[in-house]
Amino acid sequence: MAKENINLSDSAYGVYKLKAKDLNLYYGTKHALKDISINILPNTVTAFIGPSGCGKSTFLRCFNRMNDLIENVKIEGQVLIDDVDIYNNLIDVYEYRKKIGMVFQKPNPFPKSIFENVAFGLRINGENSKAVLEEAVENALKKSALWDEVKDNLHKSAMALSGGQQQRLCIARAIAVKPSVLLMDEPASALDPISTAKIEQLIYELKDQFTIVIVTHNMQQAARVSDKTAFFYMGELIEFDSTDKIFTNPTKDATQNYITGRFG
Amino acid sequence: MVLCSLVSIFTTIGIVLVLSIDTFKFFAEVSLFDFLTDPEWTPLFEDKHFGILSLLSGTLLTTAIAVMVAVPVGITIAVYLNEYASKRFTAVVKPLLEILAAIPTVVYGFFALQFVTPMLQQIIPGLAGFNALSPGLVMGVMIIPYITSLSEDALRAVPKSLREASYGLGANRFQTAFKVIVPAANSGIIVSVILAISRALGETMIVAIAAGQQPKLTLNPLESVETITTYIVQVSMGDVPQDSLEYRTIFAAGITLFIFTFLLNNISFWIRKKYQQRYE
Amino acid sequence: MSPKTKDGIFKVFAIGCTSFGLLTLVVLISVIVYKGIARINWSFFTNLPSRHPEESGIYTALAGMVSLLVFTLAIALPIGILAGIYLQEYGKRNRLAKIIEINISNLAGVPSVIYGILGLQVFVRWSAMGNSILAAAFTLALLIMPVIIVSTREAIKAVPDSLREAAYGLGSTKWQTIRRVVIPASFGGILTGVILSVSRAIGETAPLIVVGALAYVPFIPEGPMDQFTSLPIQIFNWTSRPQQGFIVNAAAGIIVLLLFTLILNGIAIYFRNRWQKRTLI
Repeated sequence: MAKENINLSDSAYGVYKLKAKDLNLYYGTKHALKDISINILPNTVTAFIGPSGCGKSTFLRCFNRMNDLIENVKIEGQVLIDDVDIYNNLIDVYEYRKKIGMVFQKPNPFPKSIFENVAFGLRINGENSKAVLEEAVENALKKSALWDEVKDNLHKSAMALSGGQQQRLCIARAIAVKPSVLLMDEPASALDPISTAKIEQLIYELKDQFTIVIVTHNMQQAARVSDKTAFFYMGELIEFDSTDKIFTNPTKDATQNYITGRFG
Repeated sequence: MVLCSLVSIFTTIGIVLVLSIDTFKFFAEVSLFDFLTDPEWTPLFEDKHFGILSLLSGTLLTTAIAVMVAVPVGITIAVYLNEYASKRFTAVVKPLLEILAAIPTVVYGFFALQFVTPMLQQIIPGLAGFNALSPGLVMGVMIIPYITSLSEDALRAVPKSLREASYGLGANRFQTAFKVIVPAANSGIIVSVILAISRALGETMIVAIAAGQQPKLTLNPLESVETITTYIVQVSMGDVPQDSLEYRTIFAAGITLFIFTFLLNNISFWIRKKYQQRYE
Repeated sequence: MSPKTKDGIFKVFAIGCTSFGLLTLVVLISVIVYKGIARINWSFFTNLPSRHPEESGIYTALAGMVSLLVFTLAIALPIGILAGIYLQEYGKRNRLAKIIEINISNLAGVPSVIYGILGLQVFVRWSAMGNSILAAAFTLALLIMPVIIVSTREAIKAVPDSLREAAYGLGSTKWQTIRRVVIPASFGGILTGVILSVSRAIGETAPLIVVGALAYVPFIPEGPMDQFTSLPIQIFNWTSRPQQGFIVNAAAGIIVLLLFTLILNGIAIYFRNRWQKRTLI
């Protein structure tokens, strides 16, 4: 069977950009994700909320198969991007990951210069032309609202930046390769309020070009930033609806209890 | 108990003193210039020459061959065990490689002389019975575990978050390993290489058995050479009268070797201390 | 070359390198066993060395090796272990402690021949011990001391502070804590270090040659001031002879030496694993 030619930026296939169907995930014998199904529209911001350990990060990482890096993980069910099941073993995982950007909870820039961090994704794709790289780096840094702060110091080490700046650098690094989906795992939880506000503004601005899924334990953030919200509890998807509805008039009791602070 | 700890300091002082005293006496009779520039080393012959270069070339030649084998192989294995191999594979392979480091060097010497040299002689015509290539290769194999073990520790110390960032961007294992992890671990890897070089420089039995006992200033690995370490052993086995100039050559040669290994060890210690705090 | 190809080629190359290392090990052992196994019989162990290879045995070499070991350990263990305890438990983070640390690290990297030269001057000549077991034992003791000190320190470092605090809380003094709590808890680690240093010591040849171990010793040493030989030296001597019979002897001697070394290392690793499992609280 020939490898599928995946074109992720064109969602003419179907209405939904990201889908999961009856997804189950096991860490060894622990059943961490239970029968999760979800449909996410393109160019929207979706928030995954829920108490610690409910599986929201684990589910997020299914979309770019980062869970492959952990031993003893078993997956049943389907995860689809542009209607293509990415757990189909004929898919080239590495190619896929290039179309999906990920930003992690704790900023993790490489111990290289700012420029080299952002250029990394392009370089591993074989792009080495100085002109192309410089333009791409500048665009990415501008989009992540970091350009003005670092434009004179591009060759300084990324480790010298503040936490908030490092995280915006990681965002720039992720979007430099022009993915169509951006997965963000609690991107602002390690940052101060000002940096957090900057990042939230960024997410709002990036919505036009990307489909964004953001995991957050900060409900106010979810309310501010997302179009739709999914509430997870103990490995199950309890409710998924427009953000307004979830936060003002949720259907399920569990959701109601969580957002009013009764637990979590 | 304090005295016990000071024993190590006394040892170092002892080594430096012992080597220096007789080296001074040596240089009372032989000029430093001759020592450093004379291409011949024949203190035990009638026509005496005291140029350290030929012994040094033997030492450096065998070490270079060993390092050229051990470094690429050792680092490759370290990267493979760290990024590619399963836990079970590593659990089996690592202890087996450690055995290579535990084998007494006289055994390696025997192996080099009785197996490797004859085998190489069939492929390389003109390979002398005593040569630098055979012990060099065998030394290389011996120090592979030094490099693999220390490099692998360095690779493992790189935080997982960097690995995740790299894979998240779509890099494959090779790219992640060599564009992110290895550069991040480079100080540890360099330390492992320096220590391996130091180990090879100081090796005695493998070269004493298989490299030869005739000093020759040459870069040709197919010829017989003598290393500083072999010379020291050779003289010790002979009938050189103590307190003679010939006897003192041991010290001059010894201190040369000591300076090299001392410098290398200190550099590696300094690098380790300086870069240790990086991820804490 | 696409990144995928590089990835694939690297995998193949890496397996090749690993195989190269392991294959060499296998070939080495096979060659030696093949060459020497014929000579392994009772007479090999009980004969003295002789000019005729078929009659030459390793009896004196073994006796010399054992005597040497006993004296070496008698010197190295108390000093090394006490030094390790002192440095780890009492050593303050001051300049002296740092200097000692750098020092030990250096000594571990000094070539063994240099230890031989040190031993030759200090023990054989200046202390007038002559080419005796005692001189060689002192020399070897200095050689293995860094190994013992470092492994003792590591073993003691691994003892959790909670144990120490419990002892202090019950009113015990520092030395009592060390003697009754820390040392027993770190015993496995210290033992591992000792076994590894023994394994290293029995394989040493060069420093012994420099210190005057002889190759032809047709008697068993009776006291510490006697001359002696050792198994690696005997092997070295036989390897250097042209007669095929001696080559066979050398191989046979190596088989014995390797058995000792590998068994010791195996015991050390076994203890290390067991001890690590126990202290994983």
